[in-house]
Amino acid sequence: MNADNAHPALLVDPAQRIFKVARRNFVDHEIFEAEKEKIFDRCWLYLGHSSELPKPGDFISRSVAGRSILFTRDAKGQLRALLNTCPHRGAQVCRERKGNAKSFQCFYHGWVFGADGKLRSQPGEESYPEGFKGRDTSNMQAVPRYESYRDFNFVSFDPNIIPLVDYLGNAKEYLDVICDQTDAGMSIVAGSQEYSIRANWKLLTENSIDGYHAMTTHASYFDILMNSTDNMSAGTGGGFGYDLGNGHAVLEYAAPWGRPVAQWIPGWGEAGKTEIARQYDKLVGLYGKDRADRIALKNRNLFIFPNLVVNDIMALTVRTYFPMAPDYMVINAWALAPNDETAWARKYRLNNFLEFLGPGGFATPDDAEALEHCQRGFRNSKEAMWNDISKGMGKDKSSHNDELQMRAFWTQWNRQMFPTPIPSIKDVAA
Amino acid sequence: MHSVSRSDVEDFLFAEADLLDQWRLPEWLTLFTDDAKYEVPCTDLPPDASPDTNLFYIADDRVRLGERVKRLMKRTAHAEFPHSKTSRMVGNVRIRARTDDEMEVSCVFQTLRTKDGTTDLYFGTSNYRLTTNGDGLKIREKRCLLGSEGLRPHGRISIVL
Repeated sequence: MNADNAHPALLVDPAQRIFKVARRNFVDHEIFEAEKEKIFDRCWLYLGHSSELPKPGDFISRSVAGRSILFTRDAKGQLRALLNTCPHRGAQVCRERKGNAKSFQCFYHGWVFGADGKLRSQPGEESYPEGFKGRDTSNMQAVPRYESYRDFNFVSFDPNIIPLVDYLGNAKEYLDVICDQTDAGMSIVAGSQEYSIRANWKLLTENSIDGYHAMTTHASYFDILMNSTDNMSAGTGGGFGYDLGNGHAVLEYAAPWGRPVAQWIPGWGEAGKTEIARQYDKLVGLYGKDRADRIALKNRNLFIFPNLVVNDIMALTVRTYFPMAPDYMVINAWALAPNDETAWARKYRLNNFLEFLGPGGFATPDDAEALEHCQRGFRNSKEAMWNDISKGMGKDKSSHNDELQMRAFWTQWNRQMFPTPIPSIKDVAA
Repeated sequence: MHSVSRSDVEDFLFAEADLLDQWRLPEWLTLFTDDAKYEVPCTDLPPDASPDTNLFYIADDRVRLGERVKRLMKRTAHAEFPHSKTSRMVGNVRIRARTDDEMEVSCVFQTLRTKDGTTDLYFGTSNYRLTTNGDGLKIREKRCLLGSEGLRPHGRISIVL
């Protein structure tokens, strides 16, 4: 697996505008194992949104990078991320996916914990020394690090990781633009899309920030969109791709679809026109015309390294995914929406979401098919060794359908996986 | 129209399954009323959840169902090109309620889909609202409640359930 000169993970030569990714990175079991330690144990990983736990006692059990996490709001209203394992003998304490509870009882020997993870009681207490309950080791353990930004909650298994706000870096500003769609806060809409793709997880990273594939992979979606927009002129102004540092990246661009906040399309009729105008005017009042235009009329595919995508497009989706094998990933996706939007807007938002997004939409299944066919194509990776992601290299400003975003991801991935410099292309037979 | 029997309903549902297995989707679409709905909620929602306030996998009105059919018959519906092979089993058919012109029907379904060497199983319960006026039965609403936890490992509903 060594990224030595004989087997580099990347081949980069800015002068010749070469950026190649070894297909081995998508199929190799040693790389898959190393990613657990060097990527997923060393990054901030999205856990969930604060709105998913509105009341004290609310809980969600969720899997993050192979760990079983119990995400709770304790009696005082504080959010906590606990490792869902009994300090006694290891059983998963909470076996429900979500709910509201005053306490959690491990069914194996009956130990009872509060939503703060503290041991409350255990059968046969008299057989334990005095003060046993007061020991830290008697409580459910918190994740090593847990922080949040604008209601996006993250965990890290690296106790020494930099603070979340520093990690997010330049991506923070884009999260702000997305969260500023309203001044009333945002919530996850009920209903989780929990699906999978039989492909390497990094293919979904690439696909999520790929402005190049849309017109071919999603040709059949754009056929349908034509019917609801009358024409495609509204959103053909193009856009740009940005490397945000730390492996994060974003596309920002105009597009022909309707945006619930706030770009009207003829398919939404006069009622929609009034509502969208009201939304837009409110944004102008809050932030002035320039920022309002950016929030309302521009689309963003925001990628936060290594596995969080926030797409602010025809709807707002939060998507996170984890590798289970080199050729299999699981994906969780949610719809995010302003708390104060009207019933009309909520309905059209969800309608818009389902048209394009998710495993039953008119686009996501074709993305999944593309990714799975890449994975199949990689069966030839011993002979056909390289992916090319050089599109737009050397430009002063990268277009949204160039591949700068992928280069940003892979550069960070390589930095964490192989801290030694990328071998010079001259030393490698390309 | 109380003369519609359970076996009439079964015949109708078996014929529907057969049209889908044969990819005769435009014909299948004619089984639906003009105000029809076809819905697949996410598996963590209650069975009667509304798609206006909850995220579903699929919530088609008749117009979008038409678009779905048109799309699936194109080469550019990549997830279903070439078309997968499917085999649908419909059972436990029950008439739950009747009014003058409508009946509520439930059944269980098991749909196998094979493509590119992989076979997946979709299973669950379908709740139908069937209209009984005019010539024969028509579907006003078809809601498929997946019995699985999420959509794993198949990962997509690129066919019609």
